[in-house]
Amino acid sequence: MALLEVIDVSKIFPGVRALDQVSFTLQPGEVHALVGENGAGKSTLIKVLTGVYQPDGGDVRYLDQPVQFGTPMDAQRAGISTIYQEVNLVPLMSVAQNLFLGREPRRFGLIDRGRMEHQARAILTDYGVSADVRRPLGTLALGAQQMVALARAVMIDAKVVIMDEPTSSLEPREVQTLFGVIRDLHSRGIGIIYVSHRLDELYQICDAVTILRDGKLVHTGRLADLERIRLVSLMLGRDMAEVRREGATAFSGAATGDVEATPVLRVRELNSRHKLHDVTFDVRPGEVVGLGGLLGAGRSETIKAIGGAYHLDSGDIQVDGKDLRKPTPVRAVRFGVAVQPEDRKAEGIIPGLSVRENIALAVLPRLSRFGFVSDRKVDEVVDRYMKRLQIKASGPDQVVGDLSGGNQQKVLLARLLATGPKVLLLDEPTRGIDVGAKAEVQSLIDELAAEGLGVVLVSSDAEELVEGSDRVVVLRDGVVVGTLTGAQVTTEDLMSTIATEATREH
Amino acid sequence: MTMGIASDPEVSAIVAEDVRKAERTDRIVGTIQRQGALAVLIVVALIALATFPNFRSFDNAATILVAAAPPMLIALGMTFVIITGGIDLSVGSLYVLGGVLAAWASQYGILAAFALPLAVCGAIGLANGLLIAYTRMAPFIVTLAALLGARGLMRAISSEGSETYLVRDDAFRTLGNGSFLDIGYQVWLVAALVVAGMVVLARTRFGHSVYAVGGSEDAAGLMGVPVRRTKVWVYVLSGLLAGLAGAINAAKLGSGVTVLGTGMELDAIAAVVIGGTLLTGGAGTIAGTIAGVLLLGVIQNLINQVGNVNSNWQQVISGAFLALVVVAQTYLVRLRRVT
Repeated sequence: MALLEVIDVSKIFPGVRALDQVSFTLQPGEVHALVGENGAGKSTLIKVLTGVYQPDGGDVRYLDQPVQFGTPMDAQRAGISTIYQEVNLVPLMSVAQNLFLGREPRRFGLIDRGRMEHQARAILTDYGVSADVRRPLGTLALGAQQMVALARAVMIDAKVVIMDEPTSSLEPREVQTLFGVIRDLHSRGIGIIYVSHRLDELYQICDAVTILRDGKLVHTGRLADLERIRLVSLMLGRDMAEVRREGATAFSGAATGDVEATPVLRVRELNSRHKLHDVTFDVRPGEVVGLGGLLGAGRSETIKAIGGAYHLDSGDIQVDGKDLRKPTPVRAVRFGVAVQPEDRKAEGIIPGLSVRENIALAVLPRLSRFGFVSDRKVDEVVDRYMKRLQIKASGPDQVVGDLSGGNQQKVLLARLLATGPKVLLLDEPTRGIDVGAKAEVQSLIDELAAEGLGVVLVSSDAEELVEGSDRVVVLRDGVVVGTLTGAQVTTEDLMSTIATEATREH
Repeated sequence: MTMGIASDPEVSAIVAEDVRKAERTDRIVGTIQRQGALAVLIVVALIALATFPNFRSFDNAATILVAAAPPMLIALGMTFVIITGGIDLSVGSLYVLGGVLAAWASQYGILAAFALPLAVCGAIGLANGLLIAYTRMAPFIVTLAALLGARGLMRAISSEGSETYLVRDDAFRTLGNGSFLDIGYQVWLVAALVVAGMVVLARTRFGHSVYAVGGSEDAAGLMGVPVRRTKVWVYVLSGLLAGLAGAINAAKLGSGVTVLGTGMELDAIAAVVIGGTLLTGGAGTIAGTIAGVLLLGVIQNLINQVGNVNSNWQQVISGAFLALVVVAQTYLVRLRRVT
């Protein structure tokens, strides 16, 4: 008897088919990997299973009964618990209180704190958590917090546990503890849906795999029967045998970087707890260096760290020969580093302001004297970039939120360029924009490189990455696992580098 | 179940050492956070004892307690509200309104003198709670509206505040002025309610829900805490306690004075925050609030003792104190998170 069955489930959002007739089955005691790149539909599927979204088509069957959960609480009561990446507990409350919230042991109507703490200790010992249960949960390490969340889920008689990237913030030791717990759950017949991008982990712990891409099911079956390289190619959507469609992107393909030139960006041994390990690479003027890897490999973190928006434990960054010590966003801009963040809506443009105001934001410090802004100078800059980037707006005063995704992206790029950067860090520059704008952005990147800028490009679109980059630095779990140069810069090489088995020292 | 975790003795030793360090920092920080106001209260009281002979007397202590009784009730309700991450600005107005209603209703006996202010102020609290919980409007705005509305209501029933109802019921007046063991009845009443409040907050599921809602509303919801219901109840509680505070004050004064209560909500908030409750919600204790209320009361009392000092200095000192506490809180919370 299957524990949970998803049959032809679809979910449609305005303009997007987030899930398109997806089916898969979770057996009792099975650890089932759910994988796919950004936008593949994993999160949507999880949200359908946990009652956050209602499916627009298809059936979800749980314990052989058709079910439709109205809220996450309904799903939880039925026995489907989710352990989120950001721990969903109350950090200021004690560990014991978090574990028992809503089901505290009581005596004479009052909470029996002694018994509650005693039980909490006993339960958590099994999960390798030895911290004082009276401490606020938020003072525990993330791994321990996650264990508490897991213990709570199992305690409330979960039959299905969904884990969304549970290891992304764990120490290697904590990962092993988690795996111990997972094996135990497995032996007790609890079904686990395990979302992760760390291939090594998947092959260590999972029995089955379901791969989604662009909202569609591309594969489901036993994991052991699926080669790594095949898994990666299914995720990225490139059939190895498929002939490469040369020129599908607007990149020229010609290498522009001068191999002999001194690097405009030198990155040495960037380290950040759990996320980056000794990340090292160079970017020369006129060169486009791609950062390859799966989601969570550390690409965005690397870019953010160079831009001063991500915490680094150690590492050296040189821009144009000058040391960028302790980068902060302000210092990074001053050194000539411009970052286009992955989520342009949340971190990039300000939708309520006009095109002019958005572009002017970054240059205000340069264009103002004694705190006053020269309107004329701003107009010049805005006009120049609107023309150069062919921003399609009714005028500089149109509100950015009303523009198309592609034009919003161009406004963002205009703002970055207006700061006069030496290095341009682009995180998914063409995501969510239409084909025409995509081509324009791609050729713009080429042009900018040709003018001598150093460009770092992150893209989940393997084809875009390969054709846009002169070199590709491949990351996996925060480690540089290879660099593709010259003729190696192909999707096949990219995928096989990502898929190579890790020889992890820790 | 057995899982063979942490079986490596070397690893467990390192872990244990880390854990011990983190726990120590956490314990110290937690203690300062919880007991800071109490420590300052003791220090201030000791200095006062040494400096002002009059401060020593039992009478003076009783006076401080009686004066602190209504603010304590208001701050008690405010503690619940602030722990959920909310704020209740209406309590000052409800306090005056409660006093006027109690004085007016006292002509129908002591029960009416309590029932009417509790019913009206509780209803306004309920309206606050429903609006905040179900329409997701900001507590600041909702209770500001209630502040204005309740004050208007009070003025409407007291001819623009010019009519002062006298307390007609002897039993009710006795309650305001009589004492047991030389300590005013109202102090005993407030003490009983404070103890009840402590038990509710620390030892009931409702109390834990209050902390959970303030600590992380989303997580609380996912963990099955009735978020909305909890919010509604804290505002009802706050309204009831403010009305009750007004009633016992009317009993003490013998009339429904209409010119009180302006800014009392801010004093209550100050006392709660000085007592270690986080303005952002999720943490705090009633014991801290008691210390906060008494500290403000003692400062007021001392300034009265000095005599030739303008009493407005009390507000300057309280204000400075509050700023200090808030800065210290921010620092302590950060310290705790880092570990």
